[in-house]
Amino acid sequence: MEADKQPTSYYIDRRIDGWTDEWTCSQLQGVHHESALANPIVQPSFVAFENLCISPRYLCSVLTMEDYTSGSDSDYTKYWIDWFLGSKGNEYFCEVDEDYILDRFNLTGLNTEVQYYSQALDLITDNLDETLDEEMRDIVEKSARHLYGLIHARFIITTHGLTKMLEKFKKCDFGRCPRVLCHSHPLLPVALSDIPYTKSVKLFCCRCEDIYNPKSTRHASIDGAYFGCSFPHMLFQVYPQLVPPKSTDRYVPRIFGFKLHDVAKQHRYQDMVREESHARIMAGIEGLPSGPTAPASSSAKEQQLKNKAEGSPSVASESGAMADIN
Amino acid sequence: MSAHDHQQQQLKQQQQQMRVNDIHDEEEEEEEEEEEEENEQLQGEYAGEDYYGSDVSNDSGTESMPWIAWFCSLGGHQYFAEVADDFVEDDFNLTGLNSIVPFYKEALEMILDLEPEEDSTKVPDVSIVEASAEQLYGLIHQRFIVTRQGLQQMADKYQAGHFGSCPRTYCQSTNVVPCGRYDLPGVETVKLYCPNCQDIYSPPSSRFHNLDGAYFGTTFAHMLFHIYPELVPNIPNKIYAPAIYGFKISEYSRCGPRMQWLRNKQDPNLLDVTGKLIKDDENAK
Repeated sequence: MEADKQPTSYYIDRRIDGWTDEWTCSQLQGVHHESALANPIVQPSFVAFENLCISPRYLCSVLTMEDYTSGSDSDYTKYWIDWFLGSKGNEYFCEVDEDYILDRFNLTGLNTEVQYYSQALDLITDNLDETLDEEMRDIVEKSARHLYGLIHARFIITTHGLTKMLEKFKKCDFGRCPRVLCHSHPLLPVALSDIPYTKSVKLFCCRCEDIYNPKSTRHASIDGAYFGCSFPHMLFQVYPQLVPPKSTDRYVPRIFGFKLHDVAKQHRYQDMVREESHARIMAGIEGLPSGPTAPASSSAKEQQLKNKAEGSPSVASESGAMADIN
Repeated sequence: MSAHDHQQQQLKQQQQQMRVNDIHDEEEEEEEEEEEEENEQLQGEYAGEDYYGSDVSNDSGTESMPWIAWFCSLGGHQYFAEVADDFVEDDFNLTGLNSIVPFYKEALEMILDLEPEEDSTKVPDVSIVEASAEQLYGLIHQRFIVTRQGLQQMADKYQAGHFGSCPRTYCQSTNVVPCGRYDLPGVETVKLYCPNCQDIYSPPSSRFHNLDGAYFGTTFAHMLFHIYPELVPNIPNKIYAPAIYGFKISEYSRCGPRMQWLRNKQDPNLLDVTGKLIKDDENAK
């Protein structure tokens, strides 16, 4: 994966990259089923995670992904998930791997969140017997959609989920930024709250770093908790090459060609803020090696050099793919 | 007085139509975009027929309706205000437009519902004059909406929410106004200006994606809020802070926040000419 070859110069990068390469294999796979289930507290030996305080269920949902192959099985036509994804208004959702759903560990805690949990789960996995009456079936159907959304929120921040959502991002399935100066940059779904039934889904533009309401009312009524607050930012941590170059362009209001005094003052203030933060960031990055991340950033430099030597074609192809979107 | 009454009646008529159109719009937005486009095509065809009906054979139901009112009632023309007849009739207001708009004279006659003169038979096709009339009306509209009367009309439309709302989440669906980035026609389509975030957005519906921005001009949106400062919404300023599991992403991260300055808004009364906070300076002293 290209993301792993990327230089990991900054604080968070190192941690996230750690998820995808160092922490994938045998060392942790045994843990998530046995000890983590029995004792759902993150082990202190998980150095990469302890400072982030990730809840164990998320941690393990990230880790368990590694032993999954791609879910490109044939014949999904009769499956509930396929029906759900095909129905109108659900264009934002991606397909959650069946293996992921079948691993009960990934669903930890959802049984208290969803009514008729076991029936709903059976419906999602197409194991529900048909003896239910119509009224009951409607209720279970509703629960199943809710459950699928909550599983979806966990799945899309796993390695495989991220690649699936990346494909959708590249196809602009989530729409384009309405801001004129973002030049129709593709958006990503994001929530303002991880708790279900609180806020509807919003769309994040990585170019202006702001959030927008979906255009269609159908999408605007989707629960934000089905995507989670972290998803788009996790995606960009894993694929930092997808972050577009930031622009200092902005709209300048004019009356008969003359700038407005009040607005111009505000723009000067904004410029000042921008320059200050830029200076702070540059100073901070230079200061980083003295901190605990020193070995990481020096190795990052080496890695950067390596990348220049051998890894540059892959980076170029990735940025080329991004150019296609635009 | 009678002329004034007549005008008011027209206005009421127009507003009713607007309302009907709005309801129609809301329904349409529920549909998929493809369907919307189909509808648009249908409407376009219908509009064309209607047009020929009213002017060539004079037998359709719209013959009693003045051209301007009819034009503003068309689907996709909800942003337009109805330009007063006496504004169009005053040649001074049209200075320079004859060099921009082809078939200027014929187009002006069409807008004012005048009988075409006998010697003006050089027009090859009515649809060309129709396009010219639309452009001429748009350019007159650009000038009209910065007059006192035009601003009043547009302010009413703004308050009624005819132009839609800001897509930015933290603007809390405040109303927006149409504006252009260029005053010359044929450069860019219409955009929507949000008075809260002071930024411009593309209209959500594709039916406005072929409306010229020059028909609204660069000046109007800002003139409106200059003349009616009470229309500027008072919404608390909020900047989106990206976070993973509730932890803010560090500025030092390669994909950390870099654009927060863009939404950083300050009360202009607290800033000095160079853009510094006045309070800061006092504290420093």
